[in-house]
Amino acid sequence: MYSPQLAEHIAHPRNVGEINNPSGIGDVTNEVCLDRIKLTVLVEGDLLIDAKVKASGCPPTIAAASVLTELIIGRSVEQVRSVTRTDVANALGHLPPAKHTALHWQSMRCVLQSKA
Amino acid sequence: MKVYLDNSATTAMAAEVIEAMLPYFSDEMGNAQSVHSFGQRAKAAVEKARREVAALINAAPLEIVFVSGGTEADNLAIRGIAEAHRDHGRHIITTKIEHPAVLATCEALEASGYRVTYLPVSRTGIVSADDVRQAIGDETILISVMLANNETGTIQPIEEISALVNQARSRGLKHLHLHTDAVQAVGKVAVDVDRLGVDLLSLSGHKIHGPKGIGALYVRKGTRLAKLLYGGHHERDRRAGTENVPGIAGLGRAAELARTQLDERINRMRALRDYLEQQLLSRFNGVRINGDIQQRVPNVSNLSFAGIDGESLLIALDLKGIAVSTGSACASGSLEPSHVLQAIGLSRDEVRGSLRFSLGAYTTREEIDYAISVLVDTVSRLRDMIPTDEPDEAKAALQ
Repeated sequence: MYSPQLAEHIAHPRNVGEINNPSGIGDVTNEVCLDRIKLTVLVEGDLLIDAKVKASGCPPTIAAASVLTELIIGRSVEQVRSVTRTDVANALGHLPPAKHTALHWQSMRCVLQSKA
Repeated sequence: MKVYLDNSATTAMAAEVIEAMLPYFSDEMGNAQSVHSFGQRAKAAVEKARREVAALINAAPLEIVFVSGGTEADNLAIRGIAEAHRDHGRHIITTKIEHPAVLATCEALEASGYRVTYLPVSRTGIVSADDVRQAIGDETILISVMLANNETGTIQPIEEISALVNQARSRGLKHLHLHTDAVQAVGKVAVDVDRLGVDLLSLSGHKIHGPKGIGALYVRKGTRLAKLLYGGHHERDRRAGTENVPGIAGLGRAAELARTQLDERINRMRALRDYLEQQLLSRFNGVRINGDIQQRVPNVSNLSFAGIDGESLLIALDLKGIAVSTGSACASGSLEPSHVLQAIGLSRDEVRGSLRFSLGAYTTREEIDYAISVLVDTVSRLRDMIPTDEPDEAKAALQ
C-alpha cells in the first residue's frame, strides 16, 4: 500500500524543526482533514541553504513534508520554483491520489510567496 | 526482529495443528461421504474434530456445523433464522459495533423487507441490556450481539441478554433467537453455550491458531434454520458441500489446544498485555485505553496516541518488523475510519490516533519489550514533528 521510501520518511522524518528568523514561512492547513505542514526556509543570496519542517496528519502528508526538505535544500530559488508535485511523488515512490498530496506543494508555494 | 501483534486479524497455526492436518492433504484424502475405508477415516477425523469443537464451548457434537469461517457462520445464523422464521416476524436486533459479517448481512435483509434495530453502545463499548429489552417487539425473531468486539476486545453482556430472551419467550415470543459472534472470544475467555444461553454461536479457526477457511456455527438442538447453500445433505443438511477435511481436522486440534491450554494462555496474554499498556501509559502523556478496561478479552489493547495518526505509527512499526492495526483510515482514501471507535464516542483525533495491539498464545515478553522500545522511539519522533503553535491564518490558505 505504501512504498518503502514513504515508510522510511515516516519512520525517520528529515529536517524536523523550525528555523529562527527564517527567510520564508509556508504554513498551510487542509481544512477538510486538518492536516498541516509548516515549512521554514533560510535563503542566502540566491541559494536556499536550509529548510525545516513540522507536520501533522496522515502518512502521505508527513512523508511529503519530510522529502520536500531534501528536494529543496542546497538548491537555487529558481530550481526550487521548478520542483513539481511529480518530483515529490517520485521521490516517495508514489503517493495515493488523495487530497493530502497537495499540501506539501502548497506549503512550498506559500514559502516562496512569503520569501518574495 | 519480527513481532506479530495483530492476532485479532489472524494467527499463526500451531505446529500441532499443521501436524494434525497434513495426512488429510495426501494419504488420507478420502471424501468423508464415501463408503470405502478412505472415506470412513476422513469421516472419523471430521467427527473427532466435531467433538473437540463442541467440548470447547460445552455443546453437543451434533450441534456443531462446520462452515468456511466466521463470515459464513454469521451469514448462516442470521439469514438462516430470518428466512426460517419470516412468517413469525421480520425484526432483528443487533448493535452498531458488530463485525461487517453481521452488519452487512443485516443491511442485506433490510433491503428485502426486514426491519433491523442497531443499538448504540456506551463510552466503554458495551451495549445496554435495557436497550435490548426495550427494542424487543412482537415481530422480533433474532438478536445478534457479538461476545467480544474485534477492535476493542470489549465483552458484551450476553448472559443478561439471554435472560431477557427467556423472559420474552415465556411471554409468548416463541420464535425469538439469540446469536452471538464469538469469533474474537473463543480461545480468549471460557465460552459455555449453556451459561451464555445462546441459540447460535459463530467461531473461526484462524483466530485460534488454526487454519484459515474453516469455522463453525453452533446451532442449539431443535433450532429451525434455513440453509444458504443447496447441494448434498452434508452437516445434517445444514450446510451442503464436501467437507474440508484438513481444515476441519486442524480446527479440531486448535480447539483442543485452546481448551486444554485456556487458563495458561489467558494468564500469559493478560500479563503481557497489561505490561505493554503499563509501560506505554507510564512513558507517554496523551495515551488512552479504548474500550472497557475490565470487561475485555485478555489479548487486546486498543490505544489512542494523541496528536499522531495511527497509520503513520503502523507504517513506522512495520518498517521495524512489528505488525499492528489501526482504526484510522484517513490516507487510504476509500476506507472509512473505524465504525466501532466512532460508536463508542471517540473524537476524530482519537480515532485517528488509534492502534490495536492483539497478542497471541505464542507472544513472548522479549517481543513485547522490543515493541515497547520501538514505540517509545517512534512516538517521540512523530510527536516532535507536530507544530506546537496555532496555524497562522494569514499564511494558511490555498485550497
